[in-house]
Amino acid sequence: MAEGGQLEAPKPRLAVFKFASCDGCQLSLLDCEDELLSLASAIDIVNFPEASREMLPGPYDISLVEGSITTAHDRQRIHEVRANSRFVISIGACATAGGIQALRNYADVDDYIKTVYAHPEYISTLRTATPIAAHVNVDYELHGCPINKHQLIEVLLAFAAGRRPQVAADSVCMECKARGTTCIMVTRGEACLGPITHAGCGAICPAYRRACYGCYGSKDAPNVASLAAWFHESQGRDAQELTAALCRFNPEVPALREEARKWRPDAAKKG
Amino acid sequence: MVHWSPADLDALLCQLRDEGFRVIGPSVRDGAIVYTDIDALPVGVGDDQEAGRYRLRERGDKTRFGYNLGPSSFKQYLFPSREELFAYADGDIVPAPLDDEKLAFVGVRACELAAIQVLDRVFQGDGFKDRRYQARRQNLLIVAVDCSQSAPTCFCASSDDGPGVGEGADLVLTELLDDGEPSYYVRAGSERGAELLAASEADAASPELQGRARAVVDETREGLERLLPREGLRDALLGALDHPHWQELAERCLACGNCTQVCPTCFCSTAVEETDPVSLRVSHVRQWDSCFTAGHSYVHGGPVHAGIASRYRQWLTHKLASWEDQFGRSGCTGCGRCISWCPVGIDLTAEAEALRRTP
Repeated sequence: MAEGGQLEAPKPRLAVFKFASCDGCQLSLLDCEDELLSLASAIDIVNFPEASREMLPGPYDISLVEGSITTAHDRQRIHEVRANSRFVISIGACATAGGIQALRNYADVDDYIKTVYAHPEYISTLRTATPIAAHVNVDYELHGCPINKHQLIEVLLAFAAGRRPQVAADSVCMECKARGTTCIMVTRGEACLGPITHAGCGAICPAYRRACYGCYGSKDAPNVASLAAWFHESQGRDAQELTAALCRFNPEVPALREEARKWRPDAAKKG
Repeated sequence: MVHWSPADLDALLCQLRDEGFRVIGPSVRDGAIVYTDIDALPVGVGDDQEAGRYRLRERGDKTRFGYNLGPSSFKQYLFPSREELFAYADGDIVPAPLDDEKLAFVGVRACELAAIQVLDRVFQGDGFKDRRYQARRQNLLIVAVDCSQSAPTCFCASSDDGPGVGEGADLVLTELLDDGEPSYYVRAGSERGAELLAASEADAASPELQGRARAVVDETREGLERLLPREGLRDALLGALDHPHWQELAERCLACGNCTQVCPTCFCSTAVEETDPVSLRVSHVRQWDSCFTAGHSYVHGGPVHAGIASRYRQWLTHKLASWEDQFGRSGCTGCGRCISWCPVGIDLTAEAEALRRTP
């Protein structure tokens, strides 16, 4: 680890683990492209199945964990990852807030299985999809669906140097205004979740005139109730639209879940 | 004082460009009037605004300044949302080069000129001087325009910052309308402005035209729908720090920071060190911050302003009260952007009035 600002040998050993997820977040690491080689000069990537067949055993200094816990086997496996890692960093909406598969937490999972699979008897799954932090102690959570590669590099360099990552929990609005995007809530009446959503994406969606759908989870001090009331009273959106907007990629973010429950107690009574 | 046609106005833009100015002014983008580099002024564009709502509309005339303020302000060109201040490279601290290009702001409204003068007090006032701001400011040319209409969110007259343009512009225009066709009563506010007028071959303005220009501003002032009386406001707000209304406000405020980002005088920034993973060059970058973020008041262990009520109180009492102690005037020039661009339509004038009342 770093001392006096200099990286010294041995380099921190990094592993990447996948749970229930689409692989998009760990692809962000490969997507670093130009920066990947210099990242590799600061960090030893020793176990990353998407990048190399050579998978060295632990213990690891940093484990990036993608995905949520949806099977009994994974529920065991995450404890092995924790026991083998100095720092566990969960990456992405699935690992930090359940992900889209956590919508099952508010429905009957057997109904889903019967509807989707021709042979439901082959499916062995938990009734819920839960974030990594619901099972083991997590040292850092990086949000997003998928995560932003620049933030990932910042977090990895920060852990390698033994400093605090510079990842602000501001609203997406701050990023819209910094890049000069005109507000689509005010000019078009869109139901944009930007004002309650954690920055980090660079405000991509509003820049393409599409409402933020909150894939980075909640910002610091989110006032979900006020935004939902505005969507309802000033934009005429009904309870179903509101719960769908709030519980999409991050169903296990408490602030979003609680507000969704207020609007549709019937749909959100489970979980 | 001269009388300009729209063609004379276009000629001014060309002349400024020929003289090496980067010309910044209004243009229509993504459903709003925003400030960008311009070649021409938009024609016949108006807007409808209220708390939390903004829509453009066609006016059906040929006005160049028939719109009210949009979300962007000229602040972004004097104090950019993000800029490198210096870098550490090869063991040295290397200051970022000063940005000294010649800027010309066209279509600056009275409240915006006042806001630039507020920023002057902040960035190049008696004490601290910001070299980067100064470099941009000293090359700035301001072509201002009196407001010939107001939005329902405007309240510039409350602080005497508008709707007529005050001191400090190089040229001041008043747009006059005859059957949908505009013309301009133009006067110089500086030597530089007088030179520009002397170079123009336009007719001298008649006293009658001057009277019409005055009437336009008077009518706009009379048409203002909002007011924020400033008498006693500072003391009232500073005496209301425990008012229960802050908590009521916190139930509506999203703490998203939009009001501060559209405000032409909010100047809070934060600095981050950014490491380029390839070259390992570290740059010290200043970027806009807001008193509504947790980072703004973060000190060892946590933010001083942890909740929304105290963040809003920090913003409002600074802007309308303690700013006077710090910079000698209110931080608000009555542009109304914070009202239009609040996603949930919070109206600063109404909140300040509620806080004035005894609970």
